[in-house]
Amino acid sequence: MKKLLRYLILTAIAAMMIYPLLWLVGASLKSNDEIFSSAWFIPKNPDFSVYIGAWKTVTPYTMGHYFLNTFLIILPKTLFAVISSVLVAYGFARFDFPLKKLSFALLMGTMFMPSIVTVMPMYILWSRLGLLDTYIPLTLPALFAAEGSFVFMLIQFMKGIPKEFDEAARIDGCGALRTLFYILLPCIKPVVVSITVFTFLWTMNDFLTPLIMISSVEKYPLSLALRLSADSTGDGYEQNRVLAMSVIGLIPSVAVFGLAQKKFVSGITAGGLSG
Amino acid sequence: MKNRTYHNPVGVGKYTGLLLISPFLAGALLLTLYPFVSSFILGLTDCGLIGQPELIGLENYREILSSREFLQSAGVTLRYAAILVPLKLIVSLGVALLLNIELKGIGAYRTAFYIPSILGANLAVVIMWQFLFTSGGLANQLLKLFGAQPAGWYGDSAHATAIIILLRLWEFGSAMVIFLSALRDIPREYHEAAKVDGCGSIRGFFAITLPLLKDVIFLNLILQTISALQEFNAPYMITGGGPMGSTTTVGMVIYDEMFRYHNAGYANAVSWTLFVTITAVVLLLFKVTGRIRKEHP
Repeated sequence: MKKLLRYLILTAIAAMMIYPLLWLVGASLKSNDEIFSSAWFIPKNPDFSVYIGAWKTVTPYTMGHYFLNTFLIILPKTLFAVISSVLVAYGFARFDFPLKKLSFALLMGTMFMPSIVTVMPMYILWSRLGLLDTYIPLTLPALFAAEGSFVFMLIQFMKGIPKEFDEAARIDGCGALRTLFYILLPCIKPVVVSITVFTFLWTMNDFLTPLIMISSVEKYPLSLALRLSADSTGDGYEQNRVLAMSVIGLIPSVAVFGLAQKKFVSGITAGGLSG
Repeated sequence: MKNRTYHNPVGVGKYTGLLLISPFLAGALLLTLYPFVSSFILGLTDCGLIGQPELIGLENYREILSSREFLQSAGVTLRYAAILVPLKLIVSLGVALLLNIELKGIGAYRTAFYIPSILGANLAVVIMWQFLFTSGGLANQLLKLFGAQPAGWYGDSAHATAIIILLRLWEFGSAMVIFLSALRDIPREYHEAAKVDGCGSIRGFFAITLPLLKDVIFLNLILQTISALQEFNAPYMITGGGPMGSTTTVGMVIYDEMFRYHNAGYANAVSWTLFVTITAVVLLLFKVTGRIRKEHP
């Protein structure tokens, strides 16, 4: 009985969480009149042709172009983030060195640093270096283990691996880097997956940084292209087209989340990382 | 201190670790410390689009504290955080408690609750949210369905604020996941022992669960507060800060000053004011919750 009540409450909340997304998909297939006359998400006469217009967008480029742009940011960013975070976490988890305590405090500090204070001087710096409107301001910071929570998650995970493994490798003649590569890396695979997935999702979501750094439409990532379409379509007409663009824009994130979901939710739970 | 020995494996020098973390140290200098200091210095100048910037001391700060626009946005931001953060903590803890038993299909529920946090910051979802609250949007359709009056969501400050708060509340999943993992760490025996002693489930919650969760609650409180006080995306895209500036957060004021009016000096002074405010709020939360956190070690 009690369990049934629990199921009922959970189901009701789950419905509230998911329904807006179902509505979005349904509404994109409705006529503009129908979108605003019914709460039910299934369209009466689904019109898939709207997706052709959505793919073409209101700009000179297709959605495919913006996807490609976004992936050109995500790919190096993920690679940089994984390499730098793993090296830094390895240093913290396995070695003793001068200023270690201070460095660790700094790591915690950067995690709580409000990004709003740093974003404007960085904009000025990138502009002086003549690198605005390139992907360097969006990708290069990842090379410096800029995401403290990744490092933190890796440290936690590495500390759980017995040090005897390292010792054994060392006796066999492995240096520090080869120990990392052959002994620790295979064990921390789930965290590397989590870092990849989070970098993917966060980059898909990121709006403020490209808004500031990227100015030519040709180089827009997906988020800016969506904003451009939403703004230029405005109220009145072609609303289903904007909604269809939104649906298309969400597909990669949903797909990646779906694929990684099993490994990933347990990974965040272990690392205490938030979305 | 001088003769400190470093505990490293044989053959590893004391600088190996330092070398490994050097990317982070370089980043901390270049991406955090440099902009942090640089922002403060800029805030002391009248740096703008034209003319040589000149040091003007605390002039920007005096202007900020007497600016109606800033004071209104500060009020908006603080009120927004004060409403959103407690609501989000209660909802995420409540749902985590409901999920913390052996249930069939628990994974599906967890996914359903977590998806909005993953997608919520995506611009596509923000656009969707804007549509939900238009005059004929889903929110009003549902209100009609339940026999209530449809509302003009973008017309008054209370409703417009509610749109933003509802969006962020919808994304409670990230906080919930942290609660859930902490709940899983509480040994089952504790609750069983309490039950043997005749402790009901509500008393069990207040006597066992809540004290054991206090650190995690505090962590979520801090994380959520910091991000709420920096809110920018949602009001920028959904309400545009209106009506009458009632959803214009400090984050939006900074953006406008910097990128619309090109007052870099003033904008950086505002962002430092926000930084100091965030720090003060966090310290205040430390102090206020300090006694509670110590009472139940």
